[in-house]
Amino acid sequence: MSTDKTTLDITGLKVTIGGREILRGVDLSLQEGRVHGLAGESGSGKTMTGLAVLGLLPHGARATGRIALGERDLLTLPPRELNKVRGGEVAMVFQDPATSLHPMLSVGRQLTEHMRHHLRLDKREARARAVELLGKVRIPGAEEAYGRFPHQFSGGMRQRIAIAIALACSPRVLIADEPTTALDVTVQAGVLRLLRGLCDELGLAVLLVTHDLGVMSAIADEVSVMKDGLVVETGPRGKVLREPSHAYTRSLLDSLPGETA
Amino acid sequence: MTLEIKDLVVEHRSPGRPVVRAVAGASLTVRPGEVVGLVGESGCGKSTLARAVCGLNPVTEGSITFEGVPVTPLGLRRRTLTGVQMVFQDPYASLNPRRRVGDQIADGLRTARDGETDPADLLERVGLPREFAGRHPHEFSGGQRQRIAIARALAARPRMLIGDEPISALDASAQAQVATLMRDLAVDSGAGLLFISHDLSVVRLIADRIAVMYLGRIVEIGDTAEVWDNPRHPYTQALLRAIPKPDGMGVLPEELPGDVPDPAAPPEGCRFHPRCPFAMDVCRVKEPEPGPVACWLHEPA
Repeated sequence: MSTDKTTLDITGLKVTIGGREILRGVDLSLQEGRVHGLAGESGSGKTMTGLAVLGLLPHGARATGRIALGERDLLTLPPRELNKVRGGEVAMVFQDPATSLHPMLSVGRQLTEHMRHHLRLDKREARARAVELLGKVRIPGAEEAYGRFPHQFSGGMRQRIAIAIALACSPRVLIADEPTTALDVTVQAGVLRLLRGLCDELGLAVLLVTHDLGVMSAIADEVSVMKDGLVVETGPRGKVLREPSHAYTRSLLDSLPGETA
Repeated sequence: MTLEIKDLVVEHRSPGRPVVRAVAGASLTVRPGEVVGLVGESGCGKSTLARAVCGLNPVTEGSITFEGVPVTPLGLRRRTLTGVQMVFQDPYASLNPRRRVGDQIADGLRTARDGETDPADLLERVGLPREFAGRHPHEFSGGQRQRIAIARALAARPRMLIGDEPISALDASAQAQVATLMRDLAVDSGAGLLFISHDLSVVRLIADRIAVMYLGRIVEIGDTAEVWDNPRHPYTQALLRAIPKPDGMGVLPEELPGDVPDPAAPPEGCRFHPRCPFAMDVCRVKEPEPGPVACWLHEPA
């Protein structure tokens, strides 16, 4: 990979919460049109890495290091500037679509609100774009879906809507935190295909946080493995999953039920 | 000590809505010391089946018997059927936040009229330190809470343990641990275990037999290894193909087209035919007989 395609570059990211070091110097770089998988046990700091990029760390957390989006360092950006990045250039998809969508606002409202703010679209343009997006994430009957509420959709459909919302302002970086963990395997397959397709088509840089090495193997180009707040291994998918060089990666692979590898 | 479910039908009625047949004629047997895994997509009726077995949902048709005695719906009175115990999906909701976990486990002991056992012993059995008995649920992580819920269910000396998605609210690293713990504890005490989950890889790890449920019916049932290596029903095949393999090859799992149909208006004929790649004429008209594989492809001619 040539370096000019690097969209987001995280170097030496450290996060401390209440005196405890959660991240101890994470280095990651996301490339345009590539899916970067981040694996590791719960508590290893995967989610914190994702949240740090968006400046969504919990109260009292201190982050040092550098998260470079182009020329800017997201960690030192003033809040007003960061607000322009969040939801605009960097978007996020959360684990559980049942809780990440607002139950009392229509899908259309949730899809257009940030578009109107970030892209300064008027109502009609925003609506047209929202319907187009719903079509893109393959929601059947996009026109009707626009006026419906999240509870009227199944889990897989909700996650597709959440992805549509994340993509609304044409972000360059998408952070997906366990996007398929709450879904059935059959639905998961569809969402993974969608993510991969969007990544190829729109040239998104995707940071995919997941504990599921199967999911990782299916769509990630690069894989990083985290343990205790550090990235212990990084490399192309085929190499990390087939010939892991770090003992921890090997133990993760060995602990999988079944001999599928 | 066998749990027998015969042609079970459970309907949900709510005013102003069509009647939903959540379970539409399912038969299943769980023998003592046996672990049966029930898998299926969300909305296929597996939780309703589990709740019916515990008497939490009234039975519309068919029968559920435990040790030869019909399971009656749970009422306000103290229940007689304490041999069936359930571990619920969400330990954040199933434990009382205002009571010490030791006291909650003692409830289970009282159910079994056991005045001797110390709740702390049960905590030890599920792999938690004895002194945790004096703590409240909020002091524990999800995996620990589910262990406590298991300890509470075990305290009542169940002869049949039901786990309704007991691992899906847990972190990935805790899932396999809690599942194997449930299996070991159930089998050690000679009880049967009906383990419900949508995660096939975990079910495969712990179950002796797998039953696959689709839209209220059991479409395939068989020994775990057999179902896994040689799935016969097209739905089981699709479920297994959808699991991504960690082989580093970057192969996207296959997608099963369409959504689960509305159980209030199931399709005519075989319930799976609108999504089935092998659908034949007969599938659209006639429902296949329940059996090890409920599919016209495998029907004895």
